[in-house]
Amino acid sequence: MSRLLCLILALACGLFAAPVCAAPADTGDALLLIASGRFPDIEKGVALLARSGDARTQAIIEALRDGRLAVAADKRVVIEGANGSWSEAATGEALAEAPPSPKAVRLNNRIRRAVEAALGALTLMAPDAAARRQAAEAVFRSRDATALATLDEAIAREEVAGIRRLMGEARAAILLGDAGASDLQKIEAVDILATRADQDALALLRAAAAQGSPTVREAAEGAITAVERRLAVLSMLQNVWYGLSLGSVLLLAAIGLAITFGVMGIINMAHGEMVMIGAYTTFVIQELARTHAPGLFDWTLPLAIPMAFLVAALVGVAIERGIIRHLYGRPLETLLATWGVSLILQQTVRSLFGPTNREVGAPSYMAGAFDLGGLTITYGRLWIIVFSFAVFSALIVALKATSFGLKIRAVTQNRRMAASMGIRTSWVDTMAFALGSGIAGVAGVALSQIDNVSPNLGQSYIVDSFMVVVFGGVGNLWGTLVSALTLGIANKFLEPFAGAVLGKILLLVFLILFIQKRPRGLFALRGRAVEA
Amino acid sequence: MTSPTLTNTVLYLDGVSVTFDGFRAINKLSLAIAPGEMRAIIGPNGAGKTTMMDIITGKTRPDEGEVFFGGMIDLTMLDEAEIAALGIGRKFQKPTVFESHTVADNIRLALAGARSPFSALFGARNRIAEERIDAILSTVRLTEHRTRLAADLSHGQKQWLEIGMLLAQDPKLLLVDEPVAGMTDAETAETAHLLKEIAHEHSVVVVEHDMAFVRDLGCKVTVLHEGSVLAEGSIDAVSANERVIEVYLGR
Amino acid sequence: MTRRPILLAMLDGKGAIFLGVLAALAVLVPLSNLFLPETSPLHVPTYAVSLLGKYLSYALLALALDLVWGYCGILSLGHGAFFALGGYAMGMYLMRQIGPRGVYGHPVLPDFMVFLNWQELPWYWSGFDIFPFAALMVLAVPGLLALVFGWLAFRSRVTGVYLSIITQAMTFALMLAFFRNDMGLGGNNGLTDFKDILGFSVQAQGTRLALFVATVIALALGYGVARYMVTSTYGKVLIAIRDAESRTRFLGYRVEHYKLVAFTVSAMMAGVAGALYVPQVGIINPSEFSPANSIEAVVWVAVGGRGTLVGAALGAVVVNMAKSWLTGALPELWLFALGALFIVVTLYLPKGIVGTLAERREKRKATATAKTAGIAAEAAE
Repeated sequence: MSRLLCLILALACGLFAAPVCAAPADTGDALLLIASGRFPDIEKGVALLARSGDARTQAIIEALRDGRLAVAADKRVVIEGANGSWSEAATGEALAEAPPSPKAVRLNNRIRRAVEAALGALTLMAPDAAARRQAAEAVFRSRDATALATLDEAIAREEVAGIRRLMGEARAAILLGDAGASDLQKIEAVDILATRADQDALALLRAAAAQGSPTVREAAEGAITAVERRLAVLSMLQNVWYGLSLGSVLLLAAIGLAITFGVMGIINMAHGEMVMIGAYTTFVIQELARTHAPGLFDWTLPLAIPMAFLVAALVGVAIERGIIRHLYGRPLETLLATWGVSLILQQTVRSLFGPTNREVGAPSYMAGAFDLGGLTITYGRLWIIVFSFAVFSALIVALKATSFGLKIRAVTQNRRMAASMGIRTSWVDTMAFALGSGIAGVAGVALSQIDNVSPNLGQSYIVDSFMVVVFGGVGNLWGTLVSALTLGIANKFLEPFAGAVLGKILLLVFLILFIQKRPRGLFALRGRAVEA
Repeated sequence: MTSPTLTNTVLYLDGVSVTFDGFRAINKLSLAIAPGEMRAIIGPNGAGKTTMMDIITGKTRPDEGEVFFGGMIDLTMLDEAEIAALGIGRKFQKPTVFESHTVADNIRLALAGARSPFSALFGARNRIAEERIDAILSTVRLTEHRTRLAADLSHGQKQWLEIGMLLAQDPKLLLVDEPVAGMTDAETAETAHLLKEIAHEHSVVVVEHDMAFVRDLGCKVTVLHEGSVLAEGSIDAVSANERVIEVYLGR
Repeated sequence: MTRRPILLAMLDGKGAIFLGVLAALAVLVPLSNLFLPETSPLHVPTYAVSLLGKYLSYALLALALDLVWGYCGILSLGHGAFFALGGYAMGMYLMRQIGPRGVYGHPVLPDFMVFLNWQELPWYWSGFDIFPFAALMVLAVPGLLALVFGWLAFRSRVTGVYLSIITQAMTFALMLAFFRNDMGLGGNNGLTDFKDILGFSVQAQGTRLALFVATVIALALGYGVARYMVTSTYGKVLIAIRDAESRTRFLGYRVEHYKLVAFTVSAMMAGVAGALYVPQVGIINPSEFSPANSIEAVVWVAVGGRGTLVGAALGAVVVNMAKSWLTGALPELWLFALGALFIVVTLYLPKGIVGTLAERREKRKATATAKTAGIAAEAAE
């Protein structure tokens, strides 16, 4: 699908590219062949045209592609323009009157391919660099031998190194499949393709290894091993990248919990619902922007972050003041009561917004991808990773460097001592819980970009988040970070072998076993204070 | 002071150290308790008294050092239940009794005998003679509270109940952590009397802050400081020791 | 003072009432269903018999949960897994009974396997055509899982919320596993379209009554077992563990063995509950493993009163009746109501219905004895 898109794009660009060269005219012969009405001749005619370098070539071939090239009863080849106007194919001169009974030149798939290859070759010399790059890619894929001449010329003219390399690869691809090319040329081509080192190159090399002469075969086999090794490294890196991406999502989901559960020891089963509230806040803000200020759409996410924090934090305050406060020191009861809260929040959202998924759009900067040494990096994932690390750092700073953070740490370490030093412990509890909830809300903004925004959003994260916090070691934010990333990457490495679901099951089983071995996580605090 | 040999001790610690997150709670601690001996352990907060108890009873594993019971049993290899079954009883600093059970049931659960779930479900555990319970209750002066819930007892009564549970276990060695914390003077004197009675048949290690109480016990005293032994001797000798005065009494 | 024999100690007032009610249900419900005319207000229609049977199998699950939570302080958020495993074991038996009557008419393979192009029955399906074997598996599979899981968890002293969280992870992992078609247990759709049990049609009125009575008997037996356990010294040790685990350890009890026995017995009871649930409901699917189900069972116990056994069973029936009624009348409100129930019970009714009632009675008795003592003292003067 995307290849087709590339090609169409290339052709569209080609439309605006002025033909660069005006060279000797085989055009007449080509048109004669095309007018013959026999498919093999038409194909030959297209090839001839493509090699001609005539300024008219592009217009003629495009007309052919679009079904506007016609042969009149007097054997003239004409092009149908807009509003029924006609022009001479060879010269482009407008005709005063319509030609007698024009018949459109018919195409079959072979010819269509030839047409597209020819157009691809033509754009190789377009002034626009992007168009040339795409044309080179198109030629690489079509491996049409007729483009070879044009390609050689284009390589000679090309000034951008990257595009020249691409063209060289296209040339190599053609030569490797060309029965007429010498072994020396082919071996050279193998070397070039080996540097390209992607699945396409691998396919070409495999084909060459299957049928070439012994020397070519040997070279190709050597290249295949090299490419495969490189691809293996690439796929590992890609896995690490996906794992980082999943890990950062886990981190986002778990980080608020690391405060409420890890630092304060409160089991908040409604944590996932805080995430959900954040996601719905994003949805509401986007809806408002859509109806009132469509121009601000790209700003909805930055706007949603503080709003989601605020909304979730306020809900958190209500929960802490209303329920959790009365259950301090009774963790199992807290667990049950907050589960009740989570049910109520889910149903509230379901009643307000409906049970189905709501659409949260991606702003322009979240869309698209770029290539990094063979890795495809999507902006969406990149931003989420950046974002989760930013949130994590902000939290660390808040806890280590602000007086509020100092108070939280004081209260969690020794509540009575903190109280006697004039810290309002109950206020600190509330604020810390609000902070954890608010961060969960912020996580919801990010998750709205990659997950379905539905009332069940939170449920799907609750088990994972707890696992991350417990695995990392309760009360240790750095542990949460390491744990989230480890689990994310492990999950992505398991998936290819075990499948997504089984991979997840294996990970859960591993975690259950791990907790047996280290009940207090990877980076546990040790000593009497912990057990008290 | 002659260095004690393994064989004639009920409890023998040598070169024991344990570290929590870089903090050395116990530092090359060596200690020996003779059979039938009563020993008081004193020391400022954080001297490592409770951690020492944790090590003896198997709650905490030492990083290095030897802990032997009865001269030949390596306690560092065993867990709490095994150590308790060997005959080491422990009373916690904060009185911990089973609050939802009656006083009699607290003693019943503590009585020496089979401990397996099977015996508790179908066997001997269900046929415990009430006389044994009565005997212990009268020792710890709780006979008239027999059917009350442990939760309803006063603080001092809970302490005694816990001592009673220790007696019911019939241990060779009793570890008693701050038995008189929070007691009235009368209760304190009574407790000292009780412990001395117990010490006739058992070895007892008492950790305590209350110097008057320690004096009442009239036994050998070991002073702990920063995880190791600072001084050892009679209460008068220890009180006169300048280093002890410096780190503990003098402040 | 002499000790009362344990059987006498077992049967206290509320236990007697409970067993009495169960006996009455076992007799009166079938009689009413069979002999009262449908127009009679006291007639129990067949669908209601099965519904009641479903509630009672939930009650058995609640009883199992109360044994570990109420008496041993183990808040399992994964008991639904044992329930579902028992249910699947029964479901597999029922599937095998369909024989060639499936939609595809394959002589041995259940429909979903034919649909997935499976050629033969996976090994773990063998034997399930024999009822005694299936019945054994109803006990053995949940029991074994509990034994292994509990052995690992209790040995390494995972307690409190950590234990709750990993039990939840356990049932979550099982749910994911059972959703997979490769598991060979019907994937998404689970096991359904049952025809016969022990040669009787599961749809028939008589079978439904028999299943109901079997559920009542199982509940009574479950109560008996649980009550025996908690009134013996074993139960006293369990409570001791719940209140002061470390103290119990220092008394020389192997806490992990005690917990393991309770956890395993409880899991087997939950398995039986699931096995009785499946033929009465007609389906078992992976959603039974969902963590939400397990935690809902916890609230039944909390509502009824944990550590009372009778209360747990009562809570299961009451909450589920309310659920049936509310989801029919005001479906939007059910989750609000359930959520509120969690909050209200933990905040204001921590002992649950039965626990609170018992406490009141104790207090009244205490004041009464105090009064009589006062009068006696006055008279003596």
